[in-house]
Amino acid sequence: MVLDSKTPQGPLAEKWNKYKFDLKLVNPSNKRKFTVIVVGTGLAGASAAASLAELGYNVKAFCYQDSPRRAHSIAAQGGINAAKNYQNDGDSVYRLFYDTIKGGDYRSRESNVHRLAEESVNIIDQCVAQGVPFAREYGGLLDNRSFGGAQVSRTFYARGQTGQQLLLGAYSALNRQINLDKVEMYNRHEMLDLVMVDGKAQGIVTRDLISGEIESFAGHAVLLCTGGYGNVFYLSTNAMGCNATAIWRAHKKGAFFANPCYTQIHPTCIPVTGDYQSKLTLMSESLRNDGRVWVPKTKELAEQVRKGQVKPGDIKEDDRDYFLERKYPSFGNLVPRDVASRNAKEACDDGKGVGTTGKAVYLDFADAIHRLGKDAVQAKYGNLFDMYYQITDENPYEMPMRIYPAVHYTMGGLWVDYNLMTTVPGLYALGECNFSDHGANRLGASALMQGLADGYFVIPYTLGDYLAGIGPKPVDTSHPAFAQTKKDITDRINKFLAMKGTKTLDEYHRDLGLIMWEYCGMARNEAGLLKAKGLIQALKVDFWKNAIVLGENEEMNMSLEKAGRVADFIELGELMVDDALNRKESCGGHFREESQTEEGEAKRDDENFAYVAAWKFKGENTPSELHKEDLIFENVKLTQRSYK
Amino acid sequence: MSGNMNLTLKVWRQKNAADKGQFVTYKAADISPEMSFLEMLDVVNERLVKGTQDPIHFDHDCREGICGACSLYINGRPHGPKQAITTCQLHMRSFHDGEIITIEPWRATAFPVIKDLAVDRSAFERIQQAGGFISVNTGGVPDANEIPISKVISDEAFNSATCISCGACVAACKNASASLFVSAKISQLALLPQGQPERYRRAQAMVAQMDKEGFGNCTNTGACEIECPKEISLTNINRMRRDFYNAKFFKEEEIN
Ligand SMILES: Cc1cc2nc3c(=O)[nH]c(=O)nc-3n(C[C@H](O)[C@H](O)[C@H](O)COP(=O)(O)OP(=O)(O)OC[C@H]3O[C@@H](n4cnc5c(N)ncnc54)[C@H](O)[C@@H]3O)c2cc1C
Ligand code: FES
Repeated sequence: MVLDSKTPQGPLAEKWNKYKFDLKLVNPSNKRKFTVIVVGTGLAGASAAASLAELGYNVKAFCYQDSPRRAHSIAAQGGINAAKNYQNDGDSVYRLFYDTIKGGDYRSRESNVHRLAEESVNIIDQCVAQGVPFAREYGGLLDNRSFGGAQVSRTFYARGQTGQQLLLGAYSALNRQINLDKVEMYNRHEMLDLVMVDGKAQGIVTRDLISGEIESFAGHAVLLCTGGYGNVFYLSTNAMGCNATAIWRAHKKGAFFANPCYTQIHPTCIPVTGDYQSKLTLMSESLRNDGRVWVPKTKELAEQVRKGQVKPGDIKEDDRDYFLERKYPSFGNLVPRDVASRNAKEACDDGKGVGTTGKAVYLDFADAIHRLGKDAVQAKYGNLFDMYYQITDENPYEMPMRIYPAVHYTMGGLWVDYNLMTTVPGLYALGECNFSDHGANRLGASALMQGLADGYFVIPYTLGDYLAGIGPKPVDTSHPAFAQTKKDITDRINKFLAMKGTKTLDEYHRDLGLIMWEYCGMARNEAGLLKAKGLIQALKVDFWKNAIVLGENEEMNMSLEKAGRVADFIELGELMVDDALNRKESCGGHFREESQTEEGEAKRDDENFAYVAAWKFKGENTPSELHKEDLIFENVKLTQRSYK
Repeated sequence: MSGNMNLTLKVWRQKNAADKGQFVTYKAADISPEMSFLEMLDVVNERLVKGTQDPIHFDHDCREGICGACSLYINGRPHGPKQAITTCQLHMRSFHDGEIITIEPWRATAFPVIKDLAVDRSAFERIQQAGGFISVNTGGVPDANEIPISKVISDEAFNSATCISCGACVAACKNASASLFVSAKISQLALLPQGQPERYRRAQAMVAQMDKEGFGNCTNTGACEIECPKEISLTNINRMRRDFYNAKFFKEEEIN
């Protein structure tokens, strides 16, 4: 199969407008004859479900939490980008496009990224109209801050709770449609499989997480908006329930998985303290606007700090290494995440790490407090400082924060074309679960933008084109494919419930995480990846033999929920390793030790790797098949990224 | 490890909504003070699972105090002994070696128990669906800076908007009233210029749904404000009352 991105012809800045005009429309009176299934109601899903219902489609929406408002979008802290140029500092749609392409290390599609930049401005308008309380200046207009990888101030924010406020906005729009009976909302329902009829996506099978009932639902199209798969690593900044099941099941039904190895390791997270650790907490990147990253200059001094013999505040300026400011004078502490993370790891590997484990660097606000005053710092970051204090019992107003990189975001995901359709007709992927827009590295404040652009402003147009094509023939669950898929899922559940081994699901998940972090984390090499592949395969075999799954299907059963998710994570982990093995270049978040410049920076290989790697599932325990979508750059010149 | 604690947990176990439920006592040995409360429960659960006993079920997701899923009533207080945090932000350093910790679900008629410590909070969903929105469709809205809003008003709306819908206010209230939650949602929109056109209709619809769900009346005890992890202020309840009564006078223009 040749991957057709459906990128429109014509000049970059005109592609989307022209394309929108060319798309087929569904007659208003026919819209109510279509049913659209939306799985996931985070920013991408809630905005899509609400917007499609407003247009007149019938929507059935699903999430695994007890409320759409609890989707992990709620946890986004720092902000959302938009090319409004309210600050008059030289921003433009083209600049946001350019920064995003460059930030992604030239591994994303120009057309998609430009569309994202164009729609960014509409998102802010939409959110304000819904009542999202963004930060404002005293004059009553919206305030902005700057974020990593950009030299303009284009980030809109709501204190340190931007995701929460944006999600509450999208959730309110969703609630309005539920109230109008245009959306049927199924909370605590987990999608366990996709149903295909005549080669098209036509429904899903879910498990009711309270009663255990296995149900199927039919629709003319299925939209997956199920978030990222960072929890493959066990420890990440994702929520405990974030999982890959929906996209992984869809992948096994034919949706290609693109760039699975592109994961983002966020530089500013609270370090791990012990093996009971269940998740990692992000300290927003916005902190790098005012915080300065440093470690003690020498190993000896670092050693004394670790032993508690020297306090960070007592270390003289000359004995500190502000390594980001030193190595990257023009971006300083605001270098993109991959660069900041790798440098922190290097400093720690070099013996200069701090904290009891030595796996931490300082993020220091002493200068900012001195310059701006404590109140100003508190107004900007108060809730983040409180969060840090709650977790560590240390006061960041008085001593520098300790931070370390953690898995945060997955740029990879289901392959989609310009319409956001996967390789399965009628199956779409929106938000973090698709691969589009961020290339090999995502810039801060651009995931919220992408999720909302996909849901509010892209899918309402592109979905109509598909639906107009297939026509409003009714669909229901009477087709045998539904009964078959339900049976497959029931069999799988029974298989899980029969597993009475000795090792817990969390133990398997933790083991997988350790393998991934060690060999497919911040730095990767061929030998390590090959080793990881073997380890994961062995883990998989052991899992199906030795895992313990308790309880019954007909009850709330966290053991059973976990079993399905961990089984899927293990398989996805292997594909991530395959992808990392295949990509012998370094780019963005994917750092192959074999491919670096003399200064130790990531070295891309545009000659051989300027493509999207899209993997096709070929059967259990059979190697996946690689398909390539060549990336064509007509507008930007590929250069080795430099933030010096 | 030295410094680790041995605790006794008295945990509410209830198989499902129909089951009567009871307290069951567990030993939680060797607990590090650095663990979060939920990590402590994870450790206890891992040990239960190893002994093929059903783990203790509880709601949780983000584990950073923002999603509002976690909902434990610890030693007689929603979200435990500390103020202004959720259960998932509570750390074991707030307890001492040898302590007996009682863990219950939210108790309210409108929040029936699903299993063990997990309760059904869908009543909150229905209240929001009844009117917790501004009726604007996607697209066709004015430029964001065409609506200047005083920073003071905007900050106040934000303070109300930080409610995480956890239900601690209901659990804290002797009448199981949802007034703090509902009033926070009403206030956020009532404070902003965008929320004015539907202001009174919204207040009426949401209050009516709240009453229908079987929450109790507010008698101004103020326990909700003390226990709220996001420190939502009682002022919101006054605003809600004002808008609710005003709604009666605005009936003609506002409510059809
Ligand atoms: C701590 C943190 C901070 C962040 N800060 C920022 C920031 O400041 N700026 C920024 O731009 N980005 C930020 N991000 C990234 C951004 O928040 C996410 O990428 C984005 O919110 C993802 O949105 P989504 O709608 O794709 O997925 P989510 O919000 O994760 O929603 C996923 C939905 O899918 C549902 N779901 C999943 N699987 C299933 C299934 N099998 N069946 C049924 N339902 C299912 C869930 O219930 C949920 O409703 C941050 C991320 C984290 C973790
Ligand atoms: S788990 Fe999200 S608030 Fe506690």
